[in-house]
Parts: sequence; structure tokens; C-alpha cells
Amino acid sequence: MYHYNDFDQDFVQERVSQFRAQVERRIDGSLTEDEFRPLRLMNGLYLQLHAYMLRVAIPYGTVRPDQMRMLATLAEKWDKGYGHFTTRQNIQYNWPKLADVPDMLDALASVGMHAIQTSGNTIRNVTADHFAGAAADEIADPRPVAELLRQWSMDHPQFQFLPRKFKIAITGSPNDRAVTKAHDIGLRMVEKNGEPGYEVVVGGGLGRTPMVGKVIRDFLPQADLLPYVEAVVSVWNILGRRDNKYKARIKITVHEHGIDKIRELVEEEFAQIRPQFTGVDQALLANIQSQFTTPTFRTAPVEGYLAERDANPAFRSWSDTNLSDHKAPGYAIVSVSLKRHGATPGDASADQMRVLADLAETYGHGDLRISHEQNVILPHVHKSDLPAIYAALRDADLHTANIGLISDIIACPGMDYCALATARAIPVAQEIATRFDELKLEHEIGALKIKISGCINACGHHHVGHIGILGLDRAGVENYQITLGGDGTETAVIGQRAGPGFAYDQIVPAIERLITAYLELRTDEEETFLEAYKRLGVAPFKTALYPEEKANAA
Amino acid sequence: MARPFTPKVITANALLEGDAIWLTADDQWTRVMSEAELIEDEAHGDLRMLFAASQAHVVVGPYLADAKAGENGPEPVHFRENFRTTGPSNYAHGKQVEL
Repeated sequence: MYHYNDFDQDFVQERVSQFRAQVERRIDGSLTEDEFRPLRLMNGLYLQLHAYMLRVAIPYGTVRPDQMRMLATLAEKWDKGYGHFTTRQNIQYNWPKLADVPDMLDALASVGMHAIQTSGNTIRNVTADHFAGAAADEIADPRPVAELLRQWSMDHPQFQFLPRKFKIAITGSPNDRAVTKAHDIGLRMVEKNGEPGYEVVVGGGLGRTPMVGKVIRDFLPQADLLPYVEAVVSVWNILGRRDNKYKARIKITVHEHGIDKIRELVEEEFAQIRPQFTGVDQALLANIQSQFTTPTFRTAPVEGYLAERDANPAFRSWSDTNLSDHKAPGYAIVSVSLKRHGATPGDASADQMRVLADLAETYGHGDLRISHEQNVILPHVHKSDLPAIYAALRDADLHTANIGLISDIIACPGMDYCALATARAIPVAQEIATRFDELKLEHEIGALKIKISGCINACGHHHVGHIGILGLDRAGVENYQITLGGDGTETAVIGQRAGPGFAYDQIVPAIERLITAYLELRTDEEETFLEAYKRLGVAPFKTALYPEEKANAA
Repeated sequence: MARPFTPKVITANALLEGDAIWLTADDQWTRVMSEAELIEDEAHGDLRMLFAASQAHVVVGPYLADAKAGENGPEPVHFRENFRTTGPSNYAHGKQVEL
């Protein structure tokens, strides 16, 4: 895992001192809000609907136990006792006081964390597969490259005032758990003739104009990555639509100019700047890679785990749902659900964060991850330790067995917190989860991703939800549109809008009708909702959603 | 013909705490919307916004929000403003427990 060197530490500490002085000047009136706003945004501080919100980066979702404990301390000391993990592997604090924020940033800096570039028209937190370095299906650990990109993009003088924000995601597995095709640049580690490299995808994104990214290079040698990414961002920095923020993202640039033209321009730029990269970046990458060593995995019997599975149905259910295949024999990847039925997706209390830190330290080789699906991962756990981990999670109310199921919902903060939102998202997620828990259908339904956004900006990734829900304001009333068939994986697809929206009190019954129809229509228990949708098309699901239209037509 | 003026209140976020606040008739900022001044005249609203804009040392982003007269004072018209009077609805930890 990467540890700050002296340069990193000095840089972050200096930024905190700088921001402390800026906050003081805002409070004493020397800075107006217009002057202060860009400065606070450069340090991840927003002013939302009810309070300030501080967004802290968790680069590539990787967090150490001491860092997790510090996140807990921030929640307890300067917030209301909890933090909110987001779809871009950040943590947000919803209630800080302005004068406290420099102290919060100081505390973060003491454990090698910061909030720089978590806002603004810059290159944002670089995200990665949350199973990186652990997954059985992985080609290579993408995190060293993500760290290289983080260091390159941090305070990059050319990229501080981009046309809009810019998001990069990277995966080292063919099974894409990082939604790379919905990012401005998506990087997929691949091998060609035994040589490591990348498939480079550009122009993906959700928001008001959702698009799946296009392949700009099907194979980029590893050593060319940084100059190539720099070429992509440079070309967009010039071409990007600064006249209209809604058309400024690179997806629009790619759409307007065409991928072939963008590829041509990027290759020209790349040819020019490639000689400037004389190998220092590769030396730096090698240094970073040396810090991402594979833990020393142990060999131990797993009979205790198997016996507990036989003896304890709740444990069996949890391990069936919340474990994933690890590359090391006898090991598992544990996904800890932050989606207890009826809870706010992504929220963790300070106590829960400390429990997770303790578990990572005791059983998990000191490694924790935050997933873009708003859960926490213990990536390296020996199966013999799973009964003890489950017991500890149960004591902390973190043992919900619902990973990948209907209640494992991504929900953006929505109008409960966000100043941009046009409707609520969290309570809809809470009510869907509660309803299907009451119906006891969750495990029968099987794999299903519901994603909910409280506005058109799509922070809840609704476009790539198997069932997407978009909350809007229709004549002063919350209204929810449903999209169907979205997919955020390597086979990414934007979901199709099903029809007119539903009132707040009608959205959960609508989802229930949809699921009931799926259960009746599927060929067998193996056919997932998405597979059934692909086989049958939208028609039978529309009939379930809008039964009155069918009746009127009859 | 000019559109009829719908009643309004002036609201903003507090500079230090960031929470929702409203302007009272005696030039104070209150955490309780029902204590706000209900503005029923457009010209008066313009004047009050000038005052609010002069308060940049204590508030951020003042604006006029639609409101209606209630039994105990102004009440929100739109659901967004309603949430600002109570705090988030996912669980009780905003103004609903603070005030």
C-alpha cells in the first residue's frame, strides 16, 4: 500500500496551511464568498442544502486501518458521528463547521489523506476495481498505475481549469467492477503477446447525456500510459466546450468530433509529448509498485469455516452472498454491506469504521477498500477467520447478507443533502430495501442492481442500473422515472426509459410490480433480471409498470 | 401585464455553520422559518434582498423562496424548502432534532 513520502507529506501539509489562512480570511471578511468559493472547492468543501460538506478522496478505494480510524475520528469530532461513502470512492462529511475544516484536513494529512481535487474542474479522484490485488480473475493489480495517475494529476498546472471535471477509472480484471466505460477515461489492463498494456476508452459518462465510452486505443503499451493520458486530456482541454457547461464533458467532445478525429488529434499530441517522458515516470511507477506488495498469505485448514456454514444458516447465507473468489487458495474477499435494510446506503458510523479497521488489522492484512457501490471490502481474508469476522460484523450491525441483491442499492445523497438534487433518492432506497425484506423475496430474486439518482446529474448511476430510478421535480412534486436494462460492467449499456414517472408514494409499488413480473417471466431461478430483460425486451415490464394503460387500451 | 407577486421569504446558509437560515422583519437571521418575515410586495422584496446581500459576513447565497402564511408564521410552498426547515428525511438528525 502506498505511503506518502516527504514530498507528498509536505505538499499536503502546505495546502492545509494555505487553506487555513483562506478560511480565516473568509471569516474575518477579507475574502468575499465569490473569492472564497473556488478556494474551498479546490479543497473539497461544498456548501450544500443544509450544511457544508467535505469530500475526502480515498484514491482507488484503498484505505489503511489507521486511516479508517482517522475517518471515524473526523465523523465523531467534527460531524454527527457518521460518514457517507460515495460512488467515486470518496467519503463525505455532511455537517462540518467552516472553522473546523482546516483542523479536519490537518487530521487527514497526518495519515496521508486529503480532499484536494475532490471538487472543481480538475482530474478527480482516480478510482479502481475494489477487489484490486485480490481478485481471482485479475490480470494485474491496477492500483500502482492509479497511484501514478494520482501523483501526475495532483495540482498538474495544465489541468487545474479544465472545461469540466474529469474522471478516470482503471481495472486490472476483464470483469469490470470499476464502471470504466462510464468514465471520461476508462483504462482496462490487458495483455497482448505476453506484453502488458491497456485498452483505453474515452468519452463515457452518465449525467444528462449518458454515453458508453469508445475505444480510442485497443492496446497501449504500459510505458506509454502517462503521455497518452496526458495527450487525451490536453486535446480535450483545447476542444472542450467552455461555452456551455452541459456540453463540456469529453463525451460531448468525442460525440461532436467523432472518435476517429479525436484519436487522430490525440495521436498527434502523443507523438509530440512522448519524448518528454524519458523514463522518470516508469522509475516512479516501479517505486510505487514496490509498495504494493502482495501480502504473505498463510496456509491453514478451512474445516472450521465449512463446519460453521453447516451449523449456522445465517452465516451460510452471508458467506454465499458477501464473499468473492480470491486469487490465493483458502482466501476470500469479504464485501461488508453498508446497506442494512432501511439504512442510508453508504453511511457508516464512527464505531462501525473502527470495527472495520480492527478487522482489517486482525484478519485482513491491514487492507480495506471502499467500493463504488458504497460498501466496504476486506480484500484478503483467510476462510478460517470468517466465522470470527461474521460474529464481529453482527455485533456492529454490519452483517447484512445482501451484496448484489435488490437491497444493495446505490443511491446518491439526493435532496436530503445535495443542493443540486431535484428529488430525494435515499428514502426511496430505504423503502425498497425495507419492502423486499418484508416480502422475504430478496434471495429468491437473486442478482439485481437498482441504482437511484436524485437528479439528472446521475451520481447514483441510474443509467447503468438493471433498474434505474431518476428523481425529478415535476411541477413542485417529486416524480420518479424508471430505466430498464442498464449495465455498468464490461458489457456496459445505458438503460432505456420505461415510460412516465411515478409519484413518490407510487415508486415502491411500481418496483414491486416489476419484480413480480420478472419472477413470473423468468425461465428458471438461474435467469437474472437483466438476462430476462434482454430476452424479453421492455414490453412485458412496461405492462407490469403501467397496468392501467393496458386496461385503457382494451 | 406583470405577473402577480407570490409571497416570499429570504433564506440563505449561515457562513459559519452552513445551515439554513431565514431573515426576520427586524434584520436578524433565524434558524426557524416561521419566525421569518413574509414578504408580500415585490419592491419590498428587492429592498430586503439588498439588505441580505450586505450581510456577506454572516450568510452565503441569500435568495427569495416562495412561502405562504401559516398559523404560526411563514411556511414553505415547495418540498425543497420544506426539507430545509426540517433537515434530511432519511433519519432525524437535522433541524428536526436541533431546534
